[in-house]
Amino acid sequence: MAAELVKNAVGRLVPVEVNGKKEVPFMGRDKYHHEGHRYGPPIVFADDFPADGNKLIPTLKEALQEAGLKDGMVVSTHHHLRNGDLVANKVFKIASEMGIKDLVWFPSASFPCHKEIIKYLDDGTIHHIEGSMNGPLGRYCSEGKMRGTAILRSHGGRYQAVEDGEVIIDIAVLAAPTSDPFGNCNGVQGPSACGGLGFGLADSRYAHKSIVVTDNLVPFPCIPMQLCGNHMDYVVEVEKIGIPELIISGTTQITKSPDRLLIAELTSKFCDAAGLIYDGFCFQAGAGGTSLSIGIYFHELLKKRGWKARWSIGGSTKYSVKMLEEGQLEYMLDGQTFDATAVRSIAENSNHQDISVFHTYDYHSKGNHLSMMDVVVLGATEVDVNFNGNVVTHSDGLLLHGIGGWQNCLFAKCTILPIPLFRNRMPVILDEVTTIVGPGNMVDVIVTERGIAINPLRKDLIEATKNSGLPIKTIHQLQKEAEAICGKPAKPEFEDEVVAVIKWVDGTIIDSVRKVKNK
Amino acid sequence: MEKRATTGNEGKKVRSDCQVTLELTSSGGIQIELKSKVEKLYGATIRKDCEEVLTHFDIKNCNLNVIDSGALPYVLQARLEAAIKLVKETDKEFLPAMLPENIYATKKDSYRRSRLYLPGNTPKLVINAGLHKPDGVILDLEDSVAPAKKYETRFLVRNTLRAVNFYGAERMVRINQIPKGLEDLEYLIPHNVNLILVPKCEDAEQIEVLEEVIDELKKKYHVTHDIWIMPIIESALGVINSYCIACSSPNIVSMAIGLEDYTADLGTQRTNEGTETFFARCQVVNAAKAAGIQAIDSVFSDISDMEALTENVKKSKQLGFDGMGCIHPRQIEVIHENYAPNEAEIVKAKKIVNAFIIADEQGLGVVSLGSKMIDPPVVKRAQKTIDIALQLNKIDANWRDEFLKED
Repeated sequence: MAAELVKNAVGRLVPVEVNGKKEVPFMGRDKYHHEGHRYGPPIVFADDFPADGNKLIPTLKEALQEAGLKDGMVVSTHHHLRNGDLVANKVFKIASEMGIKDLVWFPSASFPCHKEIIKYLDDGTIHHIEGSMNGPLGRYCSEGKMRGTAILRSHGGRYQAVEDGEVIIDIAVLAAPTSDPFGNCNGVQGPSACGGLGFGLADSRYAHKSIVVTDNLVPFPCIPMQLCGNHMDYVVEVEKIGIPELIISGTTQITKSPDRLLIAELTSKFCDAAGLIYDGFCFQAGAGGTSLSIGIYFHELLKKRGWKARWSIGGSTKYSVKMLEEGQLEYMLDGQTFDATAVRSIAENSNHQDISVFHTYDYHSKGNHLSMMDVVVLGATEVDVNFNGNVVTHSDGLLLHGIGGWQNCLFAKCTILPIPLFRNRMPVILDEVTTIVGPGNMVDVIVTERGIAINPLRKDLIEATKNSGLPIKTIHQLQKEAEAICGKPAKPEFEDEVVAVIKWVDGTIIDSVRKVKNK
Repeated sequence: MEKRATTGNEGKKVRSDCQVTLELTSSGGIQIELKSKVEKLYGATIRKDCEEVLTHFDIKNCNLNVIDSGALPYVLQARLEAAIKLVKETDKEFLPAMLPENIYATKKDSYRRSRLYLPGNTPKLVINAGLHKPDGVILDLEDSVAPAKKYETRFLVRNTLRAVNFYGAERMVRINQIPKGLEDLEYLIPHNVNLILVPKCEDAEQIEVLEEVIDELKKKYHVTHDIWIMPIIESALGVINSYCIACSSPNIVSMAIGLEDYTADLGTQRTNEGTETFFARCQVVNAAKAAGIQAIDSVFSDISDMEALTENVKKSKQLGFDGMGCIHPRQIEVIHENYAPNEAEIVKAKKIVNAFIIADEQGLGVVSLGSKMIDPPVVKRAQKTIDIALQLNKIDANWRDEFLKED
């Protein structure tokens, strides 16, 4: 089924129809506006629900049946239980046993623990996935084995799609580390505590039916109510929703790699030289090893100067909690809580505030936090000489990661990508990225161990750092340096078939991913 | 000669390396089986590179199996050449191009505060080493290389000297113990090595033998730049002979102490306080200074404890050492920072250098500070202190303006 392809504003060929629905090609930053109203789920009546507030259903299967699970529905889950999630696999196992077909799985992200989903793609239970493509699922998709076309969205883009009705969630299954029988729930208490539950917010509000699944049922009221029981249809108590040691992710270890530490050090020196760090600034640094060490360099710098950061957006970790508790960070707005220290902090510190994608990234809200941000530090699998960035495919063409908040973060005042110039012989700066996830006019700085390239559009940054003594080079110089060491890489070969599309934050398609060619 | 040879490394943790297995055959042409992590990007290049090396050594029929974990071309070439030489008699060499950036010489009194040890047979640790700005890098052929890997490591170290940019760090190689280490030299001397480390050095004769071989090779390969020598004292006998060793050649620029082997030789254990090695350290410092060369301290092996390293460097500096070995790039900055002159030393150096400049301006032959005359070596050392302080941003380039104002 060769769909019609058109060239979009970044020169990529994208389909005008995906999984039978009309799509809009990417038009450029801030270009696509359309009229209409927010999507609304069907109206409900309080008297249809138990007056005693008890929405408990004995099993998840019965809850799914009650919710009317049937062929072709969209079923959503959130990813706060990360690689320790036991709920998503369970949902599709039940659906498969019930003989349901052609579901769409709409997770806020997937993890290697969701490898089991391949079984349900193979047996027809699931038609396609709209969400991130990690590890085994990405490979499966890249090899063209999924029947439908995968749709990848950023965290903000997922919220946008739910709000404007691009995706209509039939059933949301929301894992909750603590819940009451009414469906008020949180992620800060219970044996499977994970921190906030913000990624489930859109689902709870807009899904036609919402099911809370918990392994820590408490009597009403469950406080804090991170998600509100008034949006919930059913509550199911199960023995276990997650594996605690896999919920608290391993990514919050500061890197020991001397090369990554060097990149982190250069990044913080660059931020300082460019005047991006000041008393009262705000930043986002992720939970990857390099980003964590950049946060630590920021912390040291603020301490030395007697400065404070006014706010940061987490990915909270023990390192950002330390900054908060030692007084170099006033407020931490937290969308994702990564380790035990951060879970403890969000539960007890009122300056550590649970927020959702709606606040930080949503395209259909009246402004969002990210554009106020002074600096964000992001990763990338590849960039190209035009500063386009890729986070979803590797240079061999395989789809192996989700977008996360990456695209949304590009709206910050300064976006910096600290990345090694090559990874195990694979150069990171290419003539053209395999997949455009972020347009080059929104990526400001690339910091590698062999030098720093500033986007020529950012004359202010170039001017500010020209006498800094930092190794500022052009992106072409950096590319040449890598190729002198590694050799010029060949391009991966693809089939024509589009196996996935990448959405921009506004719902348009910025690029498509082709099936990899197997020799 | 073997019929079949395997060189290099493969495995889960192996990066930037490859394993090659070569078997000569009598017919069937060159058969290459390649398994590579970068197959899609570099598969064709790797095959072509293999064919080029095989052809260079006149091999027309063979089975070659390559398991590649992202080896750079110079690594692949070294692995393949080593395998070829295990199955075939040949005088040829396959040399990667010498990077123009790698042609530089160092001075007798170049800084040697930090020298980063790099296991000679582990390419992934080598490629970025120079970026961490050590004063020197040591490609190690000795203790970090398993006996079975010694042969192939020579090819890799040779190619590394030619193809890897160390961004100005002094290019050092630790050879094997003499006499075995003499065989290593042919792989090093023609390839712009700056300094040879001589492990477990016990007497001056070892240095004399070494110098003879180096001189021969320099002549043979028309090498004209200086190749310095750094003996490492690692035994009780070496400590006793250290002054004779230090004086045994004008090319010796510094002398290091290796405490692991030394304590073993004494039959004792290394402690953090270092009482058991106090004598040896002082002896080596004293011998080095008496011979007019730099004294270099042993490595500090706990790479996670930067505070203990700091203390260790401070003590080392106080004893008179000028530098120390390091085994992790993150140690470099701590070492530079703590061998650097402290506040009192900088103030004193400023006074002396200032007095010198004034004397010079006034055309005086003698430098004096107050009522004291200052000897030229003191001025020289003060100037060096100022240079280091400048390099570490401890003082401003215009420090004299400030200084004169205060005065």
